Amino acid sequence: MDFQNNAGPGAANEEEIFVPSEDVREHLVVVGNGMAGCRAVEELLARDAGRYRVTIFGAEPYVNYNRIMLSPVLAGEKSFDDIVINNREWYLDNNIELIAGDPVTAIDRAAKTVTSESGRTVGYDKLLIATGSDPFIIPVPGKDLPGVISFRDMKDVDTMLEAAGKGGNAVVIGGGLLGLEAAHGLTLRGMKVTVIHLMDTLMERQLDEAAGWLLKSALEGRGQTILTGANTEAIYGDGKVEGVRLKDGREIPASLVVMAVGIRPSTALAREAGLEVNRGIKVDDHMVTSDPDILAVGECVEHDGNVYGLVAPLWDMCRSLADGLTDQHTGYKGSVTSTKLKVAGLDVFSAGDFSGGDGCEDIVLRDASRGVYKRVIVKDDRIIGAVLYGDTADGGWYFDLLKKGEDVSGIRDLLIFGQAFASGGGALDPKAAVAALSDDAEICGCNGVSKGQVVACIEAGNCSLDAVRGSCKASASCGQCTGLVENLLALTLGDDVASGPKTMCKCTSFTHDDVRREIVAQNMRSIPEVMQLLHWSTPDGCSSCRPALNYYLLCALPGEYQDDQQSRFVNERMHANIQKDGTYSVVPRMWGGLTNPRELRAIADVVEKYDAPMVKVTGGQRLDIFGIKKEDLPAVWADLNAAGMVSGHAYGKSLRTVKTCVGSEWCRFGTQDSTGLGVKIERMTWGSWMPHKFKIAASGCPRNCAEATIKDFGVVCVDSGYELHVGGNGGIHVRATDLLCKVATEQEALDYCAAFIQLYREEARYLERTAPWIERVGVEYVKQRIVEDEAGREALRSRFLYSQSFSQDDPWAERAAGRHAELHQHLEPIAIAAE
Amino acid sequence: MTTWIDIGTLADIPQRGARTVQIAGEKEIAVFRTSDDKVFALVNECPHKKGPLSQGIVHGHSVACPLHNWNIALKTGEAQGNDEGCTPAIAVKEEGGRILIARPTALKAAA
Repeated sequence: MDFQNNAGPGAANEEEIFVPSEDVREHLVVVGNGMAGCRAVEELLARDAGRYRVTIFGAEPYVNYNRIMLSPVLAGEKSFDDIVINNREWYLDNNIELIAGDPVTAIDRAAKTVTSESGRTVGYDKLLIATGSDPFIIPVPGKDLPGVISFRDMKDVDTMLEAAGKGGNAVVIGGGLLGLEAAHGLTLRGMKVTVIHLMDTLMERQLDEAAGWLLKSALEGRGQTILTGANTEAIYGDGKVEGVRLKDGREIPASLVVMAVGIRPSTALAREAGLEVNRGIKVDDHMVTSDPDILAVGECVEHDGNVYGLVAPLWDMCRSLADGLTDQHTGYKGSVTSTKLKVAGLDVFSAGDFSGGDGCEDIVLRDASRGVYKRVIVKDDRIIGAVLYGDTADGGWYFDLLKKGEDVSGIRDLLIFGQAFASGGGALDPKAAVAALSDDAEICGCNGVSKGQVVACIEAGNCSLDAVRGSCKASASCGQCTGLVENLLALTLGDDVASGPKTMCKCTSFTHDDVRREIVAQNMRSIPEVMQLLHWSTPDGCSSCRPALNYYLLCALPGEYQDDQQSRFVNERMHANIQKDGTYSVVPRMWGGLTNPRELRAIADVVEKYDAPMVKVTGGQRLDIFGIKKEDLPAVWADLNAAGMVSGHAYGKSLRTVKTCVGSEWCRFGTQDSTGLGVKIERMTWGSWMPHKFKIAASGCPRNCAEATIKDFGVVCVDSGYELHVGGNGGIHVRATDLLCKVATEQEALDYCAAFIQLYREEARYLERTAPWIERVGVEYVKQRIVEDEAGREALRSRFLYSQSFSQDDPWAERAAGRHAELHQHLEPIAIAAE
Repeated sequence: MTTWIDIGTLADIPQRGARTVQIAGEKEIAVFRTSDDKVFALVNECPHKKGPLSQGIVHGHSVACPLHNWNIALKTGEAQGNDEGCTPAIAVKEEGGRILIARPTALKAAA
C-alpha cells in the first residue's frame, strides 16, 4: 500500500491555505501537528474561536491523524484516511495555517520567533510546544543499519508494509504495547515475527506476571516467537540489516528490525531554547513553561514530576491549557491513568498500583479454559489496582471505584465477579451494567468523556454512534468503548425504541410474529405477495427481512413454496461456507460422525486435487475442507457425491450435525446404542430448514462425552431409557439444556425429537436459536406441547416428516449436475473498441 | 477515452443477483441486476474487509456484503448508514441488448 498517495487529498500544501494577511489578533504558534497539539487547538476553538490567529507546524507531511490507530493501519484493518482526525477542511474552516513537513528547529525567545528546517521564520505572541515524544533507540551496534526502524509514525508503517510485502523474518525489540502491536501487524501481513523483550513479563508496566504469561501464550499460539529475558547485543548485517544477536549468543535472522523499547519526551527544541527541562519540559498547572509566553502540552511535558505516555492525560492537559489561554484558569491536577487495551486483538486492562506490598490484599479469579484472569488489589477496604486479562468488561467499574476511593468492604465477596454480580443483579446484561454506572464514571478513556457527558450529548440530539463520536468524541479514538456508547444510546433513547414492539426490520411496521401469523391466516404464497399485502415500505425488502420471509413461507408451505435463491444468505445459496477471503469451506455429511476409508480417501483426494490449504475436524465431528473457489465447488461436490457423501449443511440455518459418542457398542460405560441412535436422528432430520442452525448430540451414558447438554436437542442415554434435553447452547452465552422428559424407547426419542424440531420451526422467530426461544416462551410451555399433549406431539411429528419428504434431496448433487451453473461461473468478457 | 467491454445480456445476470467478470490485470468486477432490471457494476470488494459483494443479497439499489452485512449503494459504491467507505463504481451501458462495462483502468485514468 502506498500511503503517500492515499494521503494525497489530505496531504497539506501550505501554499493553498488562506490566511488573512492583516490579522491583528494575538498569534498562537503551535509546534507539533499531532494529537496533543491539534487537540489543544480544538479545545481553544471550542472556548473562543476568534481569540487567536493560529499557525501549526508539523514535522510529518500529513494532516492531523490518530497516532494510536497506526496499529490497525499496519494490521490492514484501517486505511490512513480512516485515522485522520482533522482533514484539510478543518484547517481551512478555522483559518489555521498548517505548515506540514517542515519541523521547527529553533526558538528565539528574545525575538519571539521560531525558525523551521526550511528557513522559514515566524513570529509568535504565544508559543505552544507539543512535540510529543521520540522513540528510544537502544545504543547497540547496527542500530543505524537500513531496515532498522521504530514504530512511531506513518513513515514507519510504510516501511513495515514494504518489508512485509517481501515476506521473510522480522524481529521486534520490545514487548510493550507498541512492540506487540507491531508484531501483530507484521504477523498478519505474513512475516515470521520474533519478539525480543528484556524483561521476563510482556508489558510488565501494565500487566502482572500471570496476565503477561497468558498474553505470551496467546501470541505464541498465533505463530509468534516470544523471547523474554532476552538482551540485544547487536544488530548485524552487511549494508542492511540481516539479524539480531542476543547477549547469550543466539542469532535471529531478520530483514526488518522494529525497535519499540519505549518513548522519551521530545525536549531538544525546548532545551536548546533554554527552557527548564527535566525528564520532560517542566510546566505548571496551566501548562505554562518557565517562559510565560511559551506553553507545552502532551507527552513532551513533565507536570508535578510526572510524564505521561497515554492519551487520556493529554486531553486533560489540553482542557486546562485552553482554559488558561482564554483566561478562565482551572488548572491541571495530574491524571490517574488506567489502561484498557486490545493488544493484538486480546483484551487487557490495568489500573492503579498492582505491584503489591504491605497491607495489599489480592482477590484473584482465574478461568484457564476461557483464558480469563482477573486480579483486584485492595488496601484498607479500597481498590488500589486492578489487572484484567481476557474479559475486561468490568475495567471501567473497577477504575471508577478506584478513583473515587470507595469503601468496597460491603461487596468484597462478589467484587471479583464484576459489577453485575456485586450490585446484586447477577445477570450479565451489559445494558444494566452501564445503567448502574455513576454519571461521572469514565466511558471513553481516550477522550476523557464521562457517562454524564455522553448522555447529555445523546439528549442534545446526537442519536447515533457517529453523531456521538462527532460531538463529544466518546469512542472516537481507539474505539474500545464503542459497546458502552452503544448501550448508552440504547438506554437513553430506549423509550422511543420501546414504545412499540420491535418490528421485523425497517421495511415494515409488523413484528416477526405478526408477519408469520398473517402469512398463514391469509395463505400468502410468495415474498412479493407478503410485501404487497403487508404494505412493505421498500420495493423488495432488505437483507434482514427477505431471508426471514423466505423461511416463513418455506415452513408454512412445504412442497409448494418455490424457494427464492436471491433471498438466501450466500452460504445457503452456495451450499458452502464463505470465508473471509471469499473462498468457501465444504463439509460433507458424516452420519453421526461416522466415516469409512472410502469417504476419507475421497476427502483426501479432494483436498489434494483442489489444493485446499487446510482440512480441519470440526466441533461437530465432521471434516471441513477450506479454501475452495466458487468455480470449483460443483466439481468438488461431484467427487464427494461419487464416494456416497452428501451436503453436510454446515452452512445453513438447518440441522447441522448429530454428535455422538461410541455408546454401548464399544464403551464399557455405555448404556444404549447412542451412536446408532445418533445416525438414525441425523437420517431423519438432515436437510430441514430451520429458524437458525440446530445442533443435536446423543451420549451413551451420563458422562455425556457427546456434550449433549449444550445442544439444541440432546439425548443422554441411561440404563432405563433416554433423557431428552432441549435448548442448550455452547456459543456466546453458554446455556445448559433444560430436561424435557425421559422416554423408554429409541422410537420415542426419535418421535419427540421430530416434534420438538417442528415446534421450533413453526414458532421461533427467524434467527432465534432454541436457547433464547425457550427462555422467551418458557420450558413449561414446550413440555406442555411436546410431553403432555400427545395428539399435538403426534401432529407436530407428522408435519415435520411431511416437510422432510421434500427437503432431503442433496443440494450438492443437483449443483454437481449443472443446476445454477451461473452461480459458479464468471461472465466471459468480450472487448469492444475504445471510443 | 473509454474502452467498453461486452459482458453479455441482461438474461445472463439473475434478477436481484450478480455475476462476476474477470479482466486480465484488473480486480474482479461484480455486475448486479436489480429487481427493476437496472444493471450496475462495482469492484467486487466491500470497502470494509473486501468481502465479495457479488455474493450479497441485492435489495433496492443496494447490496448487503456477505461477510459483515455492510450495505453498499450500487450506483456509487458508497457504504450506507453509519459505515464509511467506498468501492469503485464502474460505468455500465446497454447497447443493442448487450451489457457493456467501462474498462476500469480507463475509468481510473479519467477520474
